[in-house]
Amino acid sequence: MSHRIYITGAGIISAIGTNVQQTLQSILECTSGVSKIRQLDTIYRDDFVAGEVDCSNRGLSDLIERHDNNSCLTRTSMLGIIAAREAFQDSGITDPSDMRTGIVSASATGGMDESERYYRDTSKNQFIRAHQVSDSTEKIADYLSITEYAATISTACSSSSNAIIFGARLIKHNILDRVLVGGTDALSKFVLNGFRSLMILDSEPCRPFDRDRKGLNLGEGAGYLVLESEHAVTRHNKEPLCELAGYANTNDAFHQSTSSPDGKGAYMAMDKAMDSCGLDADDIDYVNAHGTGTESNDLSEGLALKKIFHKEIPMFSSTKSITGHTFGAAGAIEAVLSVIAIRHRLIYPNMNFSSQMEELGFSPVTELIRDIDLKHVLSNSFGFGGNNSTLIFSRA
Amino acid sequence: MEIFVRGAACISPQDTFRAKEFLTGIQRYDQGYLTCIEPYYKDFLPVKTLRRMSRNIKIAVVSALECLDMAGIEMPDAISTGTGLGCVENTEKFLSPVLDDEEQLISPTPFMHSTHNTIGSQIAILLGCNNYNVTHAHKNLAFEDALVDSTMLIREREAENVLVGGADEITHEHFDLKKRINMWKKPPNNNIDLMKYTSGGTIPGEGAAFFLISGHQDKRDYARILFVSSIYNPGDNEAIEGHILQVIKEAGLRLVDLDLVILGNNGDADYDSIYYYLTENLFNAQVVACFKHLCGEYDTSSAFAFWTAINILKIQEIPPIMRLNQCKRKVIKNILIYNQNYNRNHSFMLLSKA
Repeated sequence: MSHRIYITGAGIISAIGTNVQQTLQSILECTSGVSKIRQLDTIYRDDFVAGEVDCSNRGLSDLIERHDNNSCLTRTSMLGIIAAREAFQDSGITDPSDMRTGIVSASATGGMDESERYYRDTSKNQFIRAHQVSDSTEKIADYLSITEYAATISTACSSSSNAIIFGARLIKHNILDRVLVGGTDALSKFVLNGFRSLMILDSEPCRPFDRDRKGLNLGEGAGYLVLESEHAVTRHNKEPLCELAGYANTNDAFHQSTSSPDGKGAYMAMDKAMDSCGLDADDIDYVNAHGTGTESNDLSEGLALKKIFHKEIPMFSSTKSITGHTFGAAGAIEAVLSVIAIRHRLIYPNMNFSSQMEELGFSPVTELIRDIDLKHVLSNSFGFGGNNSTLIFSRA
Repeated sequence: MEIFVRGAACISPQDTFRAKEFLTGIQRYDQGYLTCIEPYYKDFLPVKTLRRMSRNIKIAVVSALECLDMAGIEMPDAISTGTGLGCVENTEKFLSPVLDDEEQLISPTPFMHSTHNTIGSQIAILLGCNNYNVTHAHKNLAFEDALVDSTMLIREREAENVLVGGADEITHEHFDLKKRINMWKKPPNNNIDLMKYTSGGTIPGEGAAFFLISGHQDKRDYARILFVSSIYNPGDNEAIEGHILQVIKEAGLRLVDLDLVILGNNGDADYDSIYYYLTENLFNAQVVACFKHLCGEYDTSSAFAFWTAINILKIQEIPPIMRLNQCKRKVIKNILIYNQNYNRNHSFMLLSKA
């Protein structure tokens, strides 16, 4: 069980671009994708901002090109296919059946965007089967001709980090040689109203880790990585993008929707993840924080960071100020951003930050940092139900 | 490394929870779907806690607690949950006002408890368990994936004792929704006759079953897990037949070593043909049994099948109601559970006597 896990392909679609290139461009221009709601049909369009993929369902369908009218693709599935296809192409996979290839995908709300339409409208019945969170997994598998293995994980906002971890373990146990991992979620009225009813949405662009933070902005999108075993990489003579060096999953076991005040679960996840790959706190060059911008998350995550990096807090930021919180897709979108950071020698700005939190005494990175050598990047994803997951990416 | 099943608790449409006898006195359901025989929850949880829990969470949490108690484990090293549809009741409860009251006057409680991982999280909160906690949700593979995850944790030495289970619920609203696309058998129908129908569609059900699996042998063990595997979209019957033979081989067995096969027939004439193909071509010398007439069709119904299998291994008795043939075996040593859904996701669980 000493196999190393390499990342050989990455794909992303979010409010700042429909592929890796556009995403990188937006980041270099310091553009945030959080803006006025244009796609979602909600009465709260003028009350909140969000990180929507600026593309109608028709537009997404055009991006997919090969599209069968009867295939009932939800917005969640379309976002997933676009990012997964990019990861596959980036990895140079032409025939998924040349090795044992599987998919582990995540989604928190699945086809809810269409469920909202068919529930009271019997002319939309074709989408009933697409409601299930695993539907997008199968749509992606079918689109990319993956037939060996398909799994779906759903743990709210940490869903896709757990999909990445499960995929890596399937390789380590010699069940698969290569696995497409990630997650997808589209914005829906269900989710918008869910967070609205919890009163944790900021009506303005969110301010993660700011003393005066008011809540989160929702977003949507998908992120996928191709993970391969050492053997698979050698066999195809590939140069990996980077390595998935460590990971951990713990549970806060405190409250269904609120983090523990001391960030116990978050601390344990980071600690275990570093332990899993033999790294110490001072080996971490950058932390891509969960950083939702809510009162509760940023305090507990901040205190966990303080406890684990007690000597010196590494540079950290929350890219949710750029993409919005893409719930089930967040872990994978931030995983792809972590890979881009290592490859393109970047640290992302935590936007809209102005005042330090008194409880912490340290601040996130607020300007884009270029040309920086990153050996190890740690990425956090936390979710309802106290799910805490940490991933560590290392330069290959 | 050997993996053992120590504790097992199941709440289902049959008398399975703390039952004195093993699948006798079978319940008949005529209303188109099967619902659980629910225990007296107050024996397990405080009223205040129960009030916040929807049915799926209650049946799952109570099965989980009972299972830990049976296994004599207070704190599992990991919790691995499978649920295909998650918390349907809470999702509907939150969705209705979003659609009907123009997104106003909504309570956040059902939303908070609508995510699939609410089940595993509620168990973790009740136990104060900070350990590994993941929820698998891939249709009819949700329980099998949770099981694969658990066996990997034990082999990684990440965990010694893992609480693993599956839970799904049916609501009337959900039944009506899927009635629109002809997923269910037209009335009149009943579960007892499920295997006799020649029409399309099935009869849905629900249930929760939790197990404590361990890398250590114990006198309380029900069974050993030899192999769990799945395939997605394999194509023809021969591919599935080939995969079954591969599974048996990987577990170090021959086909003749297999004593009992539990199949996932759900009475849907359009999709049950694979089971008949295998019965005719492969399983000539095995006892062949089925289970979905007892619990109904649902994504984690294979957890119910798993519960029947480990009990059969323990007490060496095959309930007559489950039998599809009259083949005789003196000792039931090895059992294969094979299940599939719409010929997409196929799963294989191979179990052995403890």
